[in-house]
This record gives sequence, structure tokens and C-alpha cells, in this order.
Amino acid sequence: MRATVSALAVAAAIAAIPARTLSIGTLPPRLQDTGLYADWQSKTIASRNLPYSPQYPLWSDGAGKTRWLSIPRGKWIDASNPERWIFPVGTRLWKEFAFNGHRVETRFIERSAQGWLFATYQWNEDETDAPLAPEFGVARSAEIRPGVRHSIPSRTDCLACHAASDARVLGINTLQLSADRDPNAPHAEPVPEGGVSLQALVERGLLRGLPPRYLRVPPRIDARTPTARAALGYLNTNCGICHTSTGQLASLGFSLRYSLGLPVSASPAAVLTAVGRPSHFQVPGAKVRLAPGNPDASVLVARISSRNPVTQMPPLGTHLVDDDAVRLIRKWITDDLPAVQLAADKHTKETKR
Amino acid sequence: MIQRNWRGATRLLMPVMFGVTAIAFVSAADQTPSRPAAQKAGTGTPAAAALVKRGEYLVKNHGCTDCHTPQKMGANGPEPDQARYLSGHPADLKLPPPPKAEGPWIVSADASGTAWSGPWGISYTANLTPDPETGLGSWTEQQFIEALRTGRHQGRGRQILPPMPWQPFGTMTDADLKAVFAYLHSITPVKNKVPDPVIAEPGK
Repeated sequence: MRATVSALAVAAAIAAIPARTLSIGTLPPRLQDTGLYADWQSKTIASRNLPYSPQYPLWSDGAGKTRWLSIPRGKWIDASNPERWIFPVGTRLWKEFAFNGHRVETRFIERSAQGWLFATYQWNEDETDAPLAPEFGVARSAEIRPGVRHSIPSRTDCLACHAASDARVLGINTLQLSADRDPNAPHAEPVPEGGVSLQALVERGLLRGLPPRYLRVPPRIDARTPTARAALGYLNTNCGICHTSTGQLASLGFSLRYSLGLPVSASPAAVLTAVGRPSHFQVPGAKVRLAPGNPDASVLVARISSRNPVTQMPPLGTHLVDDDAVRLIRKWITDDLPAVQLAADKHTKETKR
Repeated sequence: MIQRNWRGATRLLMPVMFGVTAIAFVSAADQTPSRPAAQKAGTGTPAAAALVKRGEYLVKNHGCTDCHTPQKMGANGPEPDQARYLSGHPADLKLPPPPKAEGPWIVSADASGTAWSGPWGISYTANLTPDPETGLGSWTEQQFIEALRTGRHQGRGRQILPPMPWQPFGTMTDADLKAVFAYLHSITPVKNKVPDPVIAEPGK
């Protein structure tokens, strides 16, 4: 009986693989085969793979993350649209996740001639091997803290985030690699040794077409206060991948994406589409996305403060609330947004005269 | 462990689900009356009407109504409540707590067929009518397709819970999913705010 049930479950699992999901056969079977390392035994990274660190890292439950980028010889990233870089065929990226000092998984992206490949490799306990993780991920892998385990994403979950962005690559762009790094970004990381910036990529010939103004003056979020700058940067990275005015969730009318080049006086999308705007998803005591001066009445705060799977935001990739970020967003709502709203109200009145 | 692995739970349940729907609701499927969808779309182009017709065929053939249209008791037993066609679990249907799972019996459903209890918690079938506030009216075609491809709300949000068998439906072609969406947008909107699922706490 048990065998029959298992066979049915396996048959169902095979039938369940979405048609668009990549065939496992197109992916290297082991991390060792992806070109990351020059020497596997010593874990020496191949010199052509360049370390990088985005100035606003994505929250991943406190994982230690290390990242590398590889652009094929003779190719370059086209940055003539600074908001949407085009990576050449052959681009490879890796992101290694470690908890409590141990490697757990290394995610891998490649732009192949057939399209983008997304995969992740699961390290064994003694870190001697890292085979391709199962198609459907691993719901409970390494322990993050007592009672909480990391989840290795399924391949469809890779797409849930990466297919939301035209660039497909989320952590490498004009803002994230700026040399003008935000010291107040939650969980800001130091630039790793040899880590590349916009300038470094241009000097190596790996980035072309970037408007020269971004090299003369490294881009930054021009906000009224350091708190607002960090808050907008955090929301841009952790929420603004899906919540954009142009992507598949555009119909929500809710964008947390930060657009480069906004003057300090302009209201970013996060303010225009969230402050005082009713939320479709409601929680007790909160009806609007952002309530100036009142974080407890802001649905956005309730959702980033929750890890109930129905309520939580982001909806995947995290099992622990980012307490530092919640404090930052609450401070932004309390200290900064009332002034923003006053300015907006004044502008509205003047426009009506 | 299984509480957090809903995708696995859905896969495990799929053979069960198809069995249940095939046996319990076979007469119900036969009774589903023709909706005015195709006629409505007929006001558009012939291609649009054909798309809706194809979508109607797929929706009925794939058993969407078995769970998304509440059952009510009729003269010959349970039958779909056509006034609530594809509008999901009725907001006004209040239920007592589900029975405790015992041994291998891990899933239960209410008499309407729209509330399901299992290791993941309690899920309520969604309102698939084009009501803009409570149904799919505000969804885009791409969001609908992505939801069935990724198993996530609007393709990006929370997981779609068992027993919704999104995995096999996600293997349908874009053309078929577009047809399904066109049909769902053509049926009569029903205002019905389905309750949020109740998530089981780990270890309970």
C-alpha cells in the first residue's frame, strides 16, 4: 500500500513539473562544474569571476552571502538604459549562502543561448560536495537558529522573483554598484576584496553605454534625510523587484521601485503610490499602505513584521522578520513621512489656486 | 515538517483529489449549465468568442467548478449552487473547527466542497468570477498564467495552498491558460470575499 501511494506521489510529482521549468539536463550536475572555482579542493575562486556586493542587500534571514559575476571574454554588459542592463549570453552569477559559518547553498544564474537558467546547489555537511538541489527545493535545510530552518528555493520560486525583472539579475545594477554606498543600509556589507564597482566594470571593459554622468557623480538615492535614503533603498531591493509600475503587478498601482535621477524635491514612487493609499490586503487597525506618523496603521509595516505565510512580505525567501528593517521603516514613517505629506498637501493646494 | 512543505502536500494529494472529484462530483459536473459567456463574447470578434468557448470547455473539463462552485443540497443530493458559480467559498458560510486528523486520514472537506482542512491548515477555494473587488476582475492575464506556473498568488505572492492542483494546470499551454482566463472574465461576477486561509502552526 505504502509503495502504491509512493508511486502515485512520484508519478504526480513528475506530472506536476510545469512545462516552462528548465530541464535538469541543461544544468551542470554539481557546483564544481559551473566554473566558479579554479581549484575545488582549496575552494579557490577562478580569477575571471569577480566578487561584488550590492549596497542594499536583500534580507535572507541573516545569511552570510558571497557573490561573483563572470562576463565572457570579449563581451560586455549594455548599460545604455541605466535602469535595465542587458547582460550578454554567457554571463554567469553565483551567490553563496552560509549560516552559522557553514556553506548551505550556492545559487547559480546563467544566461545561455537558449535563455536564462536558474539553479541552486546544496552543500553537504562537511562541505566536500555541492550537487544540484532538487527541482522543488528543500523546505527544511540548515538550521538558522533553534527551531527555524532555511528553505532552499524551488526552481519556480527562482522565477517568481527573477522573472519579475526584465534584467533577470537583481543585485547588480547602476544603484547597487555605485561607489557612493549608503552607510545606513540595513545589513550593509563591506565591499569584498577586489569587489567591482561601476567604475571598475567600465575600466575592465565589461560595462558599456552607461551614461557618463553616473561615472562623474556616483548615483545615490537623493532623499531628504539619511533615514529616508536608507528606507527607500531597502524597499527598492526587498519589495521593488515585484512591486513596480511596469511589471506584472503594475495593476496593483503600488510601486516601491526607486527610479534613478529623481531630484530631492520629487516624491518617489514609494510615497506616491503608498502614502494614504488604501490597501487591498487589510489587517486589524491598518487600512492604508503607509500612514504618515503612524506605523501601526500602515499595512506595509504589518506585513514586513509578520512571518505568517499569508501575511508576510516578502512572501518567499525568508522565515525571520528583519528587525533592523522594521525599525528603520517605522522611523521613516514616524519621522519623515508627516513632512512629506505636508509638502504634498501644500503642493496640491497651490496647484488648485 | 509537512506544514511548511505545501507543494509536497499538494503533490501527494493530487491522486486523491482527482479521485475525489471524479467520484463525488461526477453528477455535479454533468449538471453544470451553460453560462452566457460565449454569447457575451460574441459581441466581440469571432476569435474572442472562440477563445471564451475554448476556455469554457477547459474549465468544465478540468473540474474547476468541483471546488470553486459551492455545493448545495438539492432534491437528488449535492448539486452546484449556480447562483454562486465559480465564486469560491461563500463568505457567509461559517464553519465549526475541522475534525482532528487521525492516522492516515489527514484531509477533510466541508459539505460545500469549498473549505479544505489538512496538514497545511484550512484553505478556502478562491472566487474566480470577474468581480473586481473579490474575484479575478483586477487580475491581468499574465498574473493568472504566472499564478498557475509558480503556485503563487498573482504569480508573485503567497503560496497557493492544497488541494488546488496548480502543478498539472501549470503544464497547460499559454494559449489554453489564456482561454481559461478569457472565459473566467466572461462569466457573471459574484461579489464574495473568500476568507484568508488559516495556517497550521508547526507541530500542531
